[in-house]
Amino acid sequence: MSDIKKIKDEFISKIKGNLNLDQVNKIKTDLFGKNGLISSQFKRLGSIESSERKKFASDLNFVKDELQDLINKKIQEIETKKINKKLENEKVDITLPERPFVCGKIHPVSQVIDEISSIFSEIGFSVEEGPDIENEYNNFTALNTPDNHPARDMHDTFYLDQKKELLLRTHTSPVQIRTMINGKPPFKIIAPGRTYRSDSDQTHAPMFHQVEGLHIDQNINMSHLKGCLNHFIKEFFEVDKIKMRFRPSHFPFTEPSAEVDIGYQIQNGKIKIGEGNKWLEILGCGMVHPNVLKNVKVDTKKFQGYAFGIGIDRLAMLKYGINDLRAFFECDYRWLNNFGFDPLDVPTNYRGRSR
Amino acid sequence: MKLTFNWLKEHFDTKLSEKQIIDKLTNIGLEVESLENQSSELNSFIVAKILNAEKHPNADRLKVCDVDIGKNEIVKVVCGAPNAKKGLLTIYAPPGAIIPKNKMKLAVSKIRGVTSHGMLCSEYELNLSDESEGITELSSDKYSGKIGKSYFVKSNSKVIDISITPNRADCLGLRGIARDLAASGSGKLKKIRKEKLIQKKKQTISVKIKKENNQGCTTFGSCLITGVKNTESPSWLKEKIISLGQKPISAIVDITNYVMFDLNRPLHAYDADKIDKGIIVRNSKKGETFKALDNKDYKLENDMCVIADNSGVLGLGGIIGGIRSGTEMQTKNILIEAAHFNPRSIRKTSKILNIDTDAKYRFERGVDPFSIELGLFKASELIQKICGGEISKFDIQKNENIKFNYIKFDPLLFEKITGFNIGKQEIVRILSDLGFEIKKKKNFLVLKIPSWRPDIEQEVDIVEELVRIKGYDKIKIVEPEKLRKKPTLNRKQRLFHFLKRSMASKGYFETVTWSFTDSKINNLFIDQKQEVQIVNPISSDLNVLRSNIFSNLVFYVNKNLDRGFKDISFFEIGPVFSGPNPGQQEIVIGAIKSGKISRSNWLEKERIVDLFDVKKDLIQTLVEAGFDKEKLYVDDNTPNYYHPGKSGRVFLNKENKKVVGYFGEIHPGILKKIDIKTESIVGLEIFLDNIKIPDKLLRDQKTQYIYSDYQKSERDFAFVMERNFKAQDLIEVISNIDRDLIKTVKIFDVYEGENIPEDKKSIALNVTIQSSKKTLNDEDLDRINKLIISTVESKTGIKIRS
Repeated sequence: MSDIKKIKDEFISKIKGNLNLDQVNKIKTDLFGKNGLISSQFKRLGSIESSERKKFASDLNFVKDELQDLINKKIQEIETKKINKKLENEKVDITLPERPFVCGKIHPVSQVIDEISSIFSEIGFSVEEGPDIENEYNNFTALNTPDNHPARDMHDTFYLDQKKELLLRTHTSPVQIRTMINGKPPFKIIAPGRTYRSDSDQTHAPMFHQVEGLHIDQNINMSHLKGCLNHFIKEFFEVDKIKMRFRPSHFPFTEPSAEVDIGYQIQNGKIKIGEGNKWLEILGCGMVHPNVLKNVKVDTKKFQGYAFGIGIDRLAMLKYGINDLRAFFECDYRWLNNFGFDPLDVPTNYRGRSR
Repeated sequence: MKLTFNWLKEHFDTKLSEKQIIDKLTNIGLEVESLENQSSELNSFIVAKILNAEKHPNADRLKVCDVDIGKNEIVKVVCGAPNAKKGLLTIYAPPGAIIPKNKMKLAVSKIRGVTSHGMLCSEYELNLSDESEGITELSSDKYSGKIGKSYFVKSNSKVIDISITPNRADCLGLRGIARDLAASGSGKLKKIRKEKLIQKKKQTISVKIKKENNQGCTTFGSCLITGVKNTESPSWLKEKIISLGQKPISAIVDITNYVMFDLNRPLHAYDADKIDKGIIVRNSKKGETFKALDNKDYKLENDMCVIADNSGVLGLGGIIGGIRSGTEMQTKNILIEAAHFNPRSIRKTSKILNIDTDAKYRFERGVDPFSIELGLFKASELIQKICGGEISKFDIQKNENIKFNYIKFDPLLFEKITGFNIGKQEIVRILSDLGFEIKKKKNFLVLKIPSWRPDIEQEVDIVEELVRIKGYDKIKIVEPEKLRKKPTLNRKQRLFHFLKRSMASKGYFETVTWSFTDSKINNLFIDQKQEVQIVNPISSDLNVLRSNIFSNLVFYVNKNLDRGFKDISFFEIGPVFSGPNPGQQEIVIGAIKSGKISRSNWLEKERIVDLFDVKKDLIQTLVEAGFDKEKLYVDDNTPNYYHPGKSGRVFLNKENKKVVGYFGEIHPGILKKIDIKTESIVGLEIFLDNIKIPDKLLRDQKTQYIYSDYQKSERDFAFVMERNFKAQDLIEVISNIDRDLIKTVKIFDVYEGENIPEDKKSIALNVTIQSSKKTLNDEDLDRINKLIISTVESKTGIKIRS
């Protein structure tokens, strides 16, 4: 047996042993160090007869590669073992809670106002606002509700002065007056906001929210009103079909006036909007009364149009299954957490209005 | 307005069923609010007799009664009424019955240990009257033979309750409702049947309408009926009165009520023998008093329309009669009044005196002035039939003549408003069915408005009549155009929308609270503002408009603390008020944070919330909204509801005078006053109206994007200064040395204590230096180093810590 083979066999069995890194390095030095066994063989190369030199060199190189390869693998193996051991030691209980985080909430009324705005935005309405404190003229008189008119009884009004000239607006309709006095037709606006009536029980709150709508242009008639509200209700409740009923009613500031009911049914204790044989009143509307248009100096020969007023809180209750109106305003942490919306959940018409 | 189908059918012939009529009513604008099934609900209330009443063994005020409910059946009923006694005839409700007043279903129940089978009812519980003291007492003459029988007259008809809008005074009588139904094609209006009355005598009581300014009475019709015998109403009349939700009183009173509900013609019956000489319709004088039929004494102001006689006020015209001249069972001679009053006068008087009656309700909405004779006719005819007597001629006194109104109507307007077309013939048919008299004039119709429709004033009112009778379901749907010509939100509204979500994204819950609040709490946060009081608040603790969002927020934070929540972050965005006039309000974000951060957390060390939490939220929100953090300027001049040493205010830049926000701890004195118990409570406010929206859009504010690739260096400094020296000023001095070179200045330590003189503090800063032109060498850096130290010293006198 040649020396090379001897070295090879001896060291292969050595490397296979249970070694640490130092021991492997020692083997490495024993073989490939300056005076290592393999290195020494290479030194012999010159003294070997030329006829055998080639084979010897080739055999030697082969063994050298084989041993080097084995050593490298061994080192790799030991290092992997070491790392694995380290990782094993570092293992933590990942079921422990994450670092604390906070989630804020958007109030349902706020969210619904954004939903409503996004729906009306798509069909060309822009948002207007008006003050919560109004004068008697804008809230009543300009809206064709003169003093001593029984219709004023329908609005239990909060007053801020003894003369009853300053009040908290009882509806968002005065925004119509402000918009039309300060601008020129056509008008196409919605006006969401706070409204007040001195009425308080389970289903009435002294403050609530309305959204006013106004569209004045040439040749805007009741079929446009019906189309607009039909579109809005379908979009808002996110249903394809909606059972809707226009019913004659009376508001001093519109003529003809209508109240709008939508069909609903109770399924498994939950209200289902859009079908069924029960009716729910959700808004009032009509063609803006010529007296109102005259009061704001709009030419009634050229312009006409419709207006509507919708209870926002009511819509929020229906869409999101909220039973108690008063809870909207009571700031119960649990209620807000349950019914509130994530601030990143912005209603848009391409992403959808609700999740 | 309540009615029954059968009563309605007295006015018109129809082939439609009750259900079809109910649907039709709603469709033509007479909204059916509710349907009460009279028979099933009321049939179970029966006449009963108390055989024995003993004190309840366990309750002083209760009695245990043995009650005879007919058919040889005797039940035990526990009763709290003081008038429950042996021998009393009353009304008994068995278990299962539904009490009309509160809609409660009775059940057999144990009351203080004694089982009660059913209940003995008061008139109040049965909606018969407001009498809630004690149980109903029935006269034994009439009811002793009826024990066990149903108290209410049996009827299978439903009571239909219609909500009548304020413009439709004519439908406050069944006749008007029938007329509308007939016009809608549901049937045919019957003529009012008029038998001939024998009227030989003159009306002998003199009636004068005094001519004076603001006379509220325009016409006063009357009729004297002599020799009547007042009695209980016959059952057909009682049934009608009960179906209206009223209590039958006597034939005469019931008849006047019946005519009012049937024809919307209020009447009043006087005991003619109690009238002192004659009737004078005049204005009242301040201080006059009278006792009205509601048993209340009223003190009158000047110029209220009263019906008086020589001795004084008999009643308020069109509103309520007086006790002095009221009819009784013994009344022999009666005077029936059918008059017309000015709606404004009625409304004014009733508002001042706070009286609401069926007559007032009708007169203020408008009663047909031409129904006076019909009313007198109907009433006297019925009274004679039921009570006998002799009817006088009608006496009609007029103060002014009433004119008819006319409207010139262009039929083309109908399609212009409604978007659909109906034929001219159809228009004429509907309008004449509604009582309009029509003359055609070229392309127009000249319409004489029915005297019972004071609400119809102009052409568009005619359109409404036509479209409502035709049906709103005929209106087409025109899909809206998806076209936007104007931005939906203006920039201020966009800011509102953005800030709301920006605040919520920092962990705050958005709240919506009343715009009003308790003045006691509000005054703690009112600062320099004027208090805005509500004249008629809903309750004394909601008596002012809020001057500050904190007034409500701290109140509700406290409520949640009481519920056991400790770490609360609330905000509200909405109006606060500074005066009682329109526009004296501004939009504010108020936010409150209480408790701790990372409470009981295994990873993070818990700490109480502090002013730097809310400062962060405030600054971050402004930065998110697009404002430059480097320009924001802070000082410590804050309102007195903040802790004076732990609060600050923020400006968009040093030159801008408008405060955009406050932050800080709530004043401990306030917390004590409102008794808030929490580890810590801090707040912030943002004033949206003070935030100047830049003329340029954010995208246009950005300059060309340039960055430096040269190496940057960092240097640390520590300066020692007076304790009250503001860190903001130190940073500003350093930053201003060379804005091109000094990129950031960061405070990484603030130290007071050992090795630092008392009343002084040390601030350690890290400064990043970078050139856009070259890599700075040691020499350059050394120069800047020295410049920083020397400039700080020369500008502020502050020395580097050695």
